[in-house]
Amino acid sequence: MPQASRRTVIGVTAGALAGLAAAGPSALAAGLGRAASADGHRPPATDLKPFDEVYRGRRIQGAPTGTAGHHGAHGGHGGQAHDFGYRVTVDGEELHVMRNADGSWISVVNHYETYAEPRALARAAVVELQGAALVPLALA
Amino acid sequence: MTVRKNQADLTRAEKRRFVAALLELKRSGRYDEFVDIHNGFIMGDTDHGERVGHRSPSFLPWHRRFLIDFERRLQEVDPSVALPYWDWTVDRTPTASLWAADFLGGTGRTGDGKVMDGAFAETSGSWSINIRVDQRPFLRRALGSGRRGLPTRAEVDAVLAMPVYDASPWNSASSGFRNNLEGWRGADLHNRVHVWVGGQMTTGVSPNDPVFWLHHAFVDKLWADWQARHPRSSYLPVEPTRNVVALNDTMRPWNDVTPADMLDHTPYYTYDG
Repeated sequence: MPQASRRTVIGVTAGALAGLAAAGPSALAAGLGRAASADGHRPPATDLKPFDEVYRGRRIQGAPTGTAGHHGAHGGHGGQAHDFGYRVTVDGEELHVMRNADGSWISVVNHYETYAEPRALARAAVVELQGAALVPLALA
Repeated sequence: MTVRKNQADLTRAEKRRFVAALLELKRSGRYDEFVDIHNGFIMGDTDHGERVGHRSPSFLPWHRRFLIDFERRLQEVDPSVALPYWDWTVDRTPTASLWAADFLGGTGRTGDGKVMDGAFAETSGSWSINIRVDQRPFLRRALGSGRRGLPTRAEVDAVLAMPVYDASPWNSASSGFRNNLEGWRGADLHNRVHVWVGGQMTTGVSPNDPVFWLHHAFVDKLWADWQARHPRSSYLPVEPTRNVVALNDTMRPWNDVTPADMLDHTPYYTYDG
């Protein structure tokens, strides 16, 4: 069996999930940036350019992960990847992002409004955060 | 029998009891379990992977069951309580009674978005934000934020007129009633309301704001209204479909309830009108 993906972790009884606020930063690496994107229909996120800038006093960075579409995880129960081929950080802390079927992006702090590309998404997160730090992203 | 009422029609006593039940669930820790469940699903549901709670046909039955669970928890505290719904096509400004200090409290202050009045304000000491995506432990709102106002009745009616429940590819790109109601396409109903409220409501941990339940109770009512308008239409897909909850598949996290079980809400509650 492949390594437990982030999707698998999320799939356990939700009440057992460790809260985001309670989770430790070390779990981040276990869940993200590993498996391939299951998206075979959109232009790969690896074609998107990286960015690195200071926006309203926060350092935002984004870069392709280089893994999208390379291996495995094309759906199926428990096998869904959570790497959309692009990684975004705010002051070094990972911002959970997701790509929609139409190629637009959302993040965990702007989850009901789409953005055309990751830099706009990162800037929107900075506005929403009003200076607050992200909680280290982890679910187990 | 549980009757879900328009929040604008609640008596003072009904508001007081609803708020008190919320505070008790919060105090006991049960409230935050619901926030946690929701966030887990919203981060896990993806357009090209397994999807259950959002961006998929089961968005509506999943949230129906989620609200039934929550309402039962409230009723364990106070059996007289039912979830009210917020008709945001009517009560569409920050001055609506919904946002008064005797109910949910108002918008957040300039600068940090902190809600300053009502039982859910940080100053009440009863509503800490524990399941969160950033370090802020207080309820925030920015009522009226977002590029557009709340959906109008005409926009709702146009979506209710759509005769097909959902369509392939069964995700945020779909045509049909479900996705137009959810808001990933078209006029954008449900999603836009989350954005309008602002604060935690724009995030994956949106149930941190008690208005989450009133918003989703109205979305749920719109599903019932759609069923009444289209008696020959029903949940789709019926046939097993990869990554998607078909009519007779069970839904996580319960694993013992199907969309078919959720089509009729009347065994659980009725609406006031």
